[in-house]
Amino acid sequence: MSRRTRRTTFCHPKWWILLRRVLRGCVVGLVVSACPATQKSIAVGSKAFTESVILGEITTQLLQARGVPATHRQQLGGTRILWDALLKGEIDIYPEYTGTIAEELLGAERGLDPADLERQLRQRGIGLGPSLGFDNSYAIAVRRDVAARLKLRRLSDLANHPELRLGFSHEFMDRADGWPALRERYRLPQRDVRGLDHEVAYRALASNSIQATDLYSTDPEILQQDLLLLEDDLRHFPRYDAVLLYRAELEQRVPKAPLVLNRLAGRISPNDMIQMNAKAKRDRIPESEVAADFLRRTLNLETEAPRVGWATRLRQHTEEHLSLVLVSLAAAVVISIPLGILAAKRRRLGQVILAVAGTIQTIPSLALLVFMIPVLGIGPRPAIAALFLYSLLPIVRNTYAGLTGIAAEIRESAEALGLPSAARLRLIELPLASPTILAGIKTSAVINVGTATLGALIGAGGYGQPILTGIRLANVGLILEGAVPAALLALGAQAAFELLEPVLVPRGLRLR
Amino acid sequence: MFELCRVAKRFGERWALTPTDLVVPSGRTLALIGPSGSGKSTLLRLMVGLLRPDQGEVRFVGTELTPERAEALRRRMGFVVQGGGLFPHLDARENAAIMAKYLKWDAKRIQQRIDLLVELTKLPSDRLGKYPVQLSGGEKQRVSLIRALMLDPDVLLLDEPLGALDPMTRFELQRDLQRIFAQLRKTVVLVTHDLSEAAFFADEIVLLRGGRIIQRGTLEDLLRSPADPFVTQFINAQRPPPSLGSIAR
Repeated sequence: MSRRTRRTTFCHPKWWILLRRVLRGCVVGLVVSACPATQKSIAVGSKAFTESVILGEITTQLLQARGVPATHRQQLGGTRILWDALLKGEIDIYPEYTGTIAEELLGAERGLDPADLERQLRQRGIGLGPSLGFDNSYAIAVRRDVAARLKLRRLSDLANHPELRLGFSHEFMDRADGWPALRERYRLPQRDVRGLDHEVAYRALASNSIQATDLYSTDPEILQQDLLLLEDDLRHFPRYDAVLLYRAELEQRVPKAPLVLNRLAGRISPNDMIQMNAKAKRDRIPESEVAADFLRRTLNLETEAPRVGWATRLRQHTEEHLSLVLVSLAAAVVISIPLGILAAKRRRLGQVILAVAGTIQTIPSLALLVFMIPVLGIGPRPAIAALFLYSLLPIVRNTYAGLTGIAAEIRESAEALGLPSAARLRLIELPLASPTILAGIKTSAVINVGTATLGALIGAGGYGQPILTGIRLANVGLILEGAVPAALLALGAQAAFELLEPVLVPRGLRLR
Repeated sequence: MFELCRVAKRFGERWALTPTDLVVPSGRTLALIGPSGSGKSTLLRLMVGLLRPDQGEVRFVGTELTPERAEALRRRMGFVVQGGGLFPHLDARENAAIMAKYLKWDAKRIQQRIDLLVELTKLPSDRLGKYPVQLSGGEKQRVSLIRALMLDPDVLLLDEPLGALDPMTRFELQRDLQRIFAQLRKTVVLVTHDLSEAAFFADEIVLLRGGRIIQRGTLEDLLRSPADPFVTQFINAQRPPPSLGSIAR
């Protein structure tokens, strides 16, 4: 008899209580993560390439050594992300290049002179910090021994050697200020000019199958391959002087900070930068140590390069990644299931809902992340929002499919019993759709684990962080440090859902 | 029990039921019969309120069956579909008790009612803990019948209740249904396409074709004075079982 009574307690199914409990936890998580961190320290940003990370690290350590609390939010993707984050106050300082500021950020046709640049930046609430002392622009390089033999020093000298074979990166072949403009400007006679991959160009230089190529003037290969940069004597290339940009309000908020930044004025020579890039890239010395070493030598400052162990990093990345996935997924579940129900109940509206969710799915994930920045800044919040949007479709669609797929005779029987529609949904339709809905959540979870790795590009951390660093430094070990746990997490998510199934899917649906 | 007045139903451009009058008297068993697409199932669904008429009105125990009243009125009807329409995620007992649970009957009352109906329908009681996939076709129909009778409705509406069964089970359940109808003395409306089945169960037969009632009467009426050549045609198309004569009243 007791067994019978127990078996009739289906009005509050176990899975429903459990689901509610899980969701409640996740909503709390969402609210907590959505609250802005009470952050007093100055945030220094850097782009996702080594030189920028080193400069960001130097700036951060210098501020810290001078008693200004600072944190480094490193490798935050590209120019646009950093600039938006700076305007929005998500970061306070980041290293940039004058040519980029003028052309990409201020929309100038050609480089601007420093006074113009400063004025235009001020109008946007941005201060132009010190020029750091080197220029990272396009340059034309030749092997030092070849230069000596052919007496090449300036770009004008190339005109005397029409027999030279030139190999340029594809981008340089196409750019407005690339090869066509350069040839015009210096009246270069060479006929044997080809587009090459950058890495191939270096090898071709080494084997003397080409004699000159384009590169960035602080590339570590200049040192490694013993190359000479030809002087741009007719000033063809716009200047890409490295500077620090900071929020102008910093002058009131932390008056000391701009003064501290000034200590870097003119202190980083082109050779310093090439050396530091080489150390980080070729010798795989962490950027924090490269920066600390520089500050010690140049400014006689003792700073602490934080050394973080492998296990600590993994734990931190796991926590970050899990919170990205769980919070976004939980929010998606809370929103998508009702949307799916609505779609199933109101077919016409349903088509609209499914179309919108489907359209969101077609936005490239990186673009979606960048769209989020003006609204939500950088860090986990925009990443969670983007992941949330991506998770909608599979859950909405499966909820819709699960509900509309219920056999007509079952739907009719439920209705004919005289159960109100809310009760039909709770007691019959949702339990019947539960395997399909669960499959949708599983799909979203697995996609989420993968997509969350891109969150590192906008400062959300997670397994994408070591992957990003690994790609930047061509360090397979680091790439695996992110990729392997991410893959394991995806498998884990899959397994977790297999385990959840018996709890959430009614027994009668699992018998066959 | 039911009064249908000029009731019509359209699906898109096609009239599944043209304006139709039908009165189902209390305590009688009525069979709706006709070929596929004749409108017999549509008629039944209009009575349960699963479909809303495009014209006319359906009255149940003197009250018009409107969407607002449908829920309450349906609890006084028992509906059984072909295949049983059992909820696959609930076991037989839970299927049977779902409405009683929803209406907050206490466990003892539910149990007593189920015990009574199990006996009435001759469902082996060990089947109560089984899920629909674990039940045979005949057992599913018995559980479905228990579920339909759970709230002791005034009327039973059955849509091809024996349609999906093998001949042996069908024969057995036919006998049991006849006994149950006789025992309960409820109003019964049964949809079938099988004339012998209609004759076996029903006091009166309503023959439909193309969304229209062609003739209403006993099997004898249909045999002796067909209202339309189609009646004879329909009867001849079905090979009568040898015992038909003795069953027909």
